[in-house]
Amino acid sequence: MSVVAQAAPLIDWAWIVDHLDDMWDRTVEHVVLTGLAVGIGLVVSVALSVVALRFRRTYAPISWTSGVLYTIPSIALFAFLVPFTGLSLLTAEIGLVSYTLLILIRNIVAGIDGVPASVVEAARAMGYTERRLFWEIQLPLAVPVVMAGIRIAAVTVVGLVTVTSLIGQGGYGALILRGLSRNFATEIFVGTFLSIALAVAIDFGLLGVQRLVAPWMRRRPRAA
Amino acid sequence: MADSMIRLEEVIKTFPGADRPAVDGLSLEVGRGEFVTLVGPSGCGKTTTLKMINRIIEPTSGTIWVDGAKATDMPAFELRRSIGYVIQQIGLFPHRTIAQNIATVPELLGWDEARIRRRVAELVELVGLAPEMLDRYPSELSGGQQQRVGVARALAADPPVLLMDEPFGAVDPIVRGRLQDEFLALQRELKKTVVFVTHDIDEAIKMGDRVAILNIGGVLEQYDTPDRILAEPANDFVAGFLGADRGIKRLSLIPLRSVDLPTGAVCDVSDTPETAREAMLAQGWDWVTVLDGERLLGWVWGSELEGVSKVGEATPRPFRVTVDAGATLREALDAIVNTRNNVGVVVEGDAYRGILTLDLLTVELTR
Repeated sequence: MSVVAQAAPLIDWAWIVDHLDDMWDRTVEHVVLTGLAVGIGLVVSVALSVVALRFRRTYAPISWTSGVLYTIPSIALFAFLVPFTGLSLLTAEIGLVSYTLLILIRNIVAGIDGVPASVVEAARAMGYTERRLFWEIQLPLAVPVVMAGIRIAAVTVVGLVTVTSLIGQGGYGALILRGLSRNFATEIFVGTFLSIALAVAIDFGLLGVQRLVAPWMRRRPRAA
Repeated sequence: MADSMIRLEEVIKTFPGADRPAVDGLSLEVGRGEFVTLVGPSGCGKTTTLKMINRIIEPTSGTIWVDGAKATDMPAFELRRSIGYVIQQIGLFPHRTIAQNIATVPELLGWDEARIRRRVAELVELVGLAPEMLDRYPSELSGGQQQRVGVARALAADPPVLLMDEPFGAVDPIVRGRLQDEFLALQRELKKTVVFVTHDIDEAIKMGDRVAILNIGGVLEQYDTPDRILAEPANDFVAGFLGADRGIKRLSLIPLRSVDLPTGAVCDVSDTPETAREAMLAQGWDWVTVLDGERLLGWVWGSELEGVSKVGEATPRPFRVTVDAGATLREALDAIVNTRNNVGVVVEGDAYRGILTLDLLTVELTR
């Protein structure tokens, strides 16, 4: 004689309907954590890229350092930071931002380097100062490559934000953690599904932004 | 020289790591409104020389004067805004429309919007671009159109000096010829001081008021008018660089209009055969050119005039090849060798202007 345990249904729809508010709050937390990380990461990366482009010798150490940061497992990094900065938003963002640097810096530098030498020479010869050359010619032309970097960084961070719930910063990770501790599959599924959906949505959204800010990339050459 | 626009004094450029200078002690003067071509083999420093004028490359030593001032007396960006620059790769800004590209220097100089718009419209017409191009991006234009935009952008703030580095090198030969002719016509109007780099001696000769022939290391071998260089190459290097056909090249500098053309044996449709025969006899020809007033009708054999009362009664054959008086002697030579009797019939519209013979070409060349 055997007893077959009556398994709970895989997805408890009633729970989902009851917790829509909760999911919305987690979504907002997740988006804020991601947005802050990518935004701060971008500012830091542009600054470091300017240094790397201006003083070429600094590119190798900058690239190497951001590479090392990228390889540290996120849980280990948070564990290392908590004694210094506590279970705080700051701890979460230090970790998240450091993961964006490698991708963003590499793409910014590659994007700037990818601007045709003839365009840069023409701009200088027209009388652009180095500062205006960077902001008005080189950076806009690097946008497609930089945006590709931002998209990868954003998708990566969306995944990492689920880990920051370990240090009490909310987001979809909170749903997953609670689901795990209560052995409640629906909550784990919902947290995972929403995280994936958000990553996809952000990726497509940024693709739209890219098309909007780089309109010259959309038009195909016409027959002469 | 009081009216010199650009002056190089003992300019030396040694690139880091190079064991000898790219340009070694070059002195050169370009007059106001003069069109000078720099030509020479690769490694002769012609592009380096050009780029030192607007300080894209800084000389190692020596002085460069632009419009009476030392190039180094002002910030490089300020100097460059008064010097137009056109390069082979064109270097249009891909993220800006054609109108924005053309407006580059006026924008940098802070012109107001209305003035910029007026100027852009003017330039588009000047370089022969359709106004509907203005809202397009560079990638939507053909190579020839892009180079026109490049020229318009260089001219935008009406700089007195124009530097051009093989500007027509990347387009096909037909478009190149057209762009050269258009630019020469434009230059006759604008009278800019132009320094034009090319590796193509034919282009150098065609475009320049004066041609500077450079040798490896920026050594100036000869600096003179195209005609004088072709007639009297300063040394073996110049002669070799001009090529074995420099006599023929010279022909392309002489317009047919400047030559005193003989009319040969010629008569009117209304003349009697007797008059026509006298004309043939005088030239020792057995055929005669037939005109109707000024208009060229063709030619007839002397034998065909037997038994007619007027020349017009024999039907004149049209000449197979005629040359327009606007052509050069080189084009006329081409026409001559394509006829059986080695004469070129020169017309202006349908009016007869005379006959060009190989003998006459030889005379012109030895002048």
